[in-house]
Amino acid sequence: MKAVVIEHRHRDDVGSRMGLWLFLFSELILFGGMFIIYAVYRFKHPLEFRLAAEELDPFIGTVNTIILLTSSLTVAMSITAVQEGRKNLSLALLGVTFILAVVFLVNKYFEWSHKISLGIYPQSPDLINKPPGEILYFGLYYVMTGLHALHVIIGMAVLAVMGVYVAQGKINQHSYVRLEAGGLYWHLVDIIWIFLFPLFYLIQ
Amino acid sequence: MNTSHDKKNHGAAPPEESQPHQVISYSRYVLNWLGLLALTCATVTFAGINLGRWIIITALTIASVKSLLVLNLFMHLKFEDRIFRVFVGVAVVTFIIFISLTFFDYAFY
Repeated sequence: MKAVVIEHRHRDDVGSRMGLWLFLFSELILFGGMFIIYAVYRFKHPLEFRLAAEELDPFIGTVNTIILLTSSLTVAMSITAVQEGRKNLSLALLGVTFILAVVFLVNKYFEWSHKISLGIYPQSPDLINKPPGEILYFGLYYVMTGLHALHVIIGMAVLAVMGVYVAQGKINQHSYVRLEAGGLYWHLVDIIWIFLFPLFYLIQ
Repeated sequence: MNTSHDKKNHGAAPPEESQPHQVISYSRYVLNWLGLLALTCATVTFAGINLGRWIIITALTIASVKSLLVLNLFMHLKFEDRIFRVFVGVAVVTFIIFISLTFFDYAFY
C-alpha cells in the first residue's frame, strides 16, 4: 500500500533534471576556471608545456578515454533498459559502468605512482629545479586530473546508490528520473575528460 | 481511499506525463559511441602530425564535436524542452567570453 502512495505523489521530472543541469553548470565554472589558468600558462610557456607533456604516456590516456566513453554508453543504455522494464539488464549495465570506472582509476593510480617514482610530484626536489613552465604543467596536471578522479569516485558512489534503487524497485519503468540524474553527472565527468585528454596527453 | 481514482480527478498531469516519451534504442547509443571512438582515433592521429599552431585548434574542435555527441544523445539534450539547450548555450557562451577576455590581458599588449 505504501509503495502505491509513493508512486502517485506529485512529481516534476523536468524540473528535477533542470536542477541537475544547473548543478552541472557550477561544475563548468569549477573546471572552467582551471582550464583558463591552463590556457594562460600554456600560452606563456608553450615549449616547456610541450617538453613536460613528453613525460605522459598518450597510450594510457587513450585507453582511459575509451574506458570512459564506453562507461557513458553503458549508463545511457541502462536508462533505456529501465524504461523497457528490464531490471536485470539495467543492473548489469550499471555493474559494467562501475567496473570500467574502477579500471580507469587503477590506470590513473599506476600513472601517478610512475610519475612519483620518477620524482615528479608537487614540491619534489627534481621538479622544483625544472623551468617554471614545467612546474606549472605538472601542478595543473595533478590538480586537474586529481579533481577529475575525485569526480569519478563520487560518480561511482552515486551510480552504486542508483543500482541499489533499481534492485529495490524504487527506480522502475514509471519512475527513473534519479537514474537519469546519476547518468547526467557521469556524462559530465566524461566530457571533462574529453577536454583533459588532448590538452595534457597530446601536445607534441 | 482510492489513490488512483483521486489522481484521475486531479487537474494536474499524471506523473507519467512528465517523463520524456522518447526511449532511445540501444543501437542508436552504440552508433553514437562508435562515432566517439572514431573521433578519439582522429584526435590521436592528428596529434602525431606536426600541425604547428593548428594542433590546439584541431584538438579543441574534435573535443567540442565529441562533447556535442555526448550532450545531444547520451545526455538527452536533443529530446529535452528547448529551454535546456538555451541554458547550456548561455553557460558555454559565458565561459567562452571569460576565456577570450582573459586573453586580452596576455595576447594583445
